[in-house]
Amino acid sequence: MGFFIETIIAGLMSGVLYALIALGFVLIYKASGVFNFAQGAMVLFAALAMARLQEHMPWPLAFLLAFAIMVVLAWLIERLVLRHLINQEGVTLLMATLGVAYFLEGLGQMVWGDDIYPIDLGMPKQPTIMLQSLIPGGILVSNEDLIAAGSAAALVALLTLFFQKSGVGRALRAVADDHQAAQSIGIPLSRMWVIVWSIAGLVALVTGMIWGSKLGVQFSLSLIALKGLPVVILGGLTSVPGAIVGGLIVGLGEKLAEVYLGPLLGGGIESWFAYLLALLVLLARPQGLFGERIIDRV
Amino acid sequence: MLYRENGQFKTRYVDDAQIFPIRQDRLFIGAVLLIAFVAVPLLGSDYLLRALLVPFLILALAAIGLNVLVGYCGQISLGTGAFMAVGAYAAFNLMVRLPGMPLLIALVLAGLIAALAGMVFGLPSLRIRGLYLAVATLAAQFFSDWVFAHVPWLTNGSSSGSVTAPQLQVFGFVIDSPIRKYLFCLAILSVLALLVKNLVRGRKGREWMATRDMDVAASVIGISPVRAKLSAFAVSSFIVGIAGALWAFVHLGSWEPAAFNIDLSLKLLFMIIIGGLGSVMGSLFGAAFIVLLPIFLNRLLSFLGLQASTSFISHLELMTFGVLIVLFLIAEPHGTAKLWSTAKNKLRLWPFPH
Repeated sequence: MGFFIETIIAGLMSGVLYALIALGFVLIYKASGVFNFAQGAMVLFAALAMARLQEHMPWPLAFLLAFAIMVVLAWLIERLVLRHLINQEGVTLLMATLGVAYFLEGLGQMVWGDDIYPIDLGMPKQPTIMLQSLIPGGILVSNEDLIAAGSAAALVALLTLFFQKSGVGRALRAVADDHQAAQSIGIPLSRMWVIVWSIAGLVALVTGMIWGSKLGVQFSLSLIALKGLPVVILGGLTSVPGAIVGGLIVGLGEKLAEVYLGPLLGGGIESWFAYLLALLVLLARPQGLFGERIIDRV
Repeated sequence: MLYRENGQFKTRYVDDAQIFPIRQDRLFIGAVLLIAFVAVPLLGSDYLLRALLVPFLILALAAIGLNVLVGYCGQISLGTGAFMAVGAYAAFNLMVRLPGMPLLIALVLAGLIAALAGMVFGLPSLRIRGLYLAVATLAAQFFSDWVFAHVPWLTNGSSSGSVTAPQLQVFGFVIDSPIRKYLFCLAILSVLALLVKNLVRGRKGREWMATRDMDVAASVIGISPVRAKLSAFAVSSFIVGIAGALWAFVHLGSWEPAAFNIDLSLKLLFMIIIGGLGSVMGSLFGAAFIVLLPIFLNRLLSFLGLQASTSFISHLELMTFGVLIVLFLIAEPHGTAKLWSTAKNKLRLWPFPH
């Protein structure tokens, strides 16, 4: 019993992190209709910047500086790439972000180095034992994971507030709904895009920080974005709650499958289980669990 | 002035429907084939053949296959590597398990098996499209990475997971020297490129393109989207599967599942973007580009007198790829193939364009 609950908690913890990555995708897709393949590269870039800056300064300062870098990056992407691709098809934009991803991966490693770097946020490493009275032996929970999940949840709450309550958030939602209508009532489209890419940069930075402090910052960090893709598909491309629920489902399902199905199939099924799950959902509901209904017939 | 179709009258329908309607084009293609089949093997060094031309030919073949799906039928795929892997392992198993299996037949069968796999993973395309489909094809990629690493039967029980190609032999010729490898790949590429060129000019190709441009309109005029999409997946995977088998047998020699990972898939997609979506010629350009770019960067750096580490070069390569993709999408969304055909159209009137 204890082990089962531990597995569930571990699954939910990694689910929170998947949800964070998925959030980066959803934010940009909602606001600009771009499926941002570069999210993983942005995570890598931000985490590398953070890790290297942290060598010279305390981490909150490094965090702010890294965020500033991500804002500049967002501005450059809007200026140099998106602005020239207005009104192109979704697939063209997807490929453009693929180009941005390649570029960021190269640039990040060239500027910041390509070793494995640690990020130290001073989080407590020792695990806590909980619910000792209920279950014999108690449940082992890593404090680090707890803090990570907590800060991720805080970020999500903050973003939801920002989107629902602030003026800029309202403008962003308007842009997401209808580009032309938003523009015609005087919302500056290009500035909104810079803002939303900056927010995606922030999400990338937080994701990179959390994963980086767990596993160290290295190239493989950019691959976790590929883990975010099935989450987005599962939850629906246009839904923030979908990203969160999808992340939790994928994290949980993956851990349970690995632990209970893995031995039967030879292990390592984590790499594709999420995709299988997403595919099955897609066959039943092509718009994902929470996505807006796609009206057109295929 | 040389490239002009004045005086080339088409008096029969056959003339009008031929693959290269302009005589200069036919001469040009003939010359290219002559150079490729005769001059290059005679003059090319072993290094040129082995390290440049053989990978180029195989990647070009895979790019043509992918282009059928993405460029002609508009179904984006990020799982090309998976279908290459299916082709490679299918050919391997056929050769190892059925002694005396001729190489060419093994290749065709491997292509057919890959086509079957392609159709299975193409099924979601009937329900979903665009970005969602891209993710569905990624499922194929990760699933194949795992299957070939974890199911020992597929690798004939190899303990390390890496397998080695059997001896290659066609009509009594052993394919071992770089020249023979080159000619073998070139012959297969030529045949399949011709096949695709004819397919896309014909009824099937028009169905694909109609589905790509607007699937609802296509089904209104009587094209079954199911058949159009699945046939595109099948044909594409067939060619990609053969390319995968060649990549494994002829180029790599011995390989493991990681040889067909997502990097390869993305690289192939990149080839057809730069080369030109919906163009056989473009696939060739794109493949040439990908093979040549690292070498070019290397030479450029040493020409500039910069001592660069290999990791620096690989990062620079990534950045150059990225910049080029974006540049091409902005400046010339139809890729180098479009530049090529623009140049040809200009040439037809040059030097008196009015």
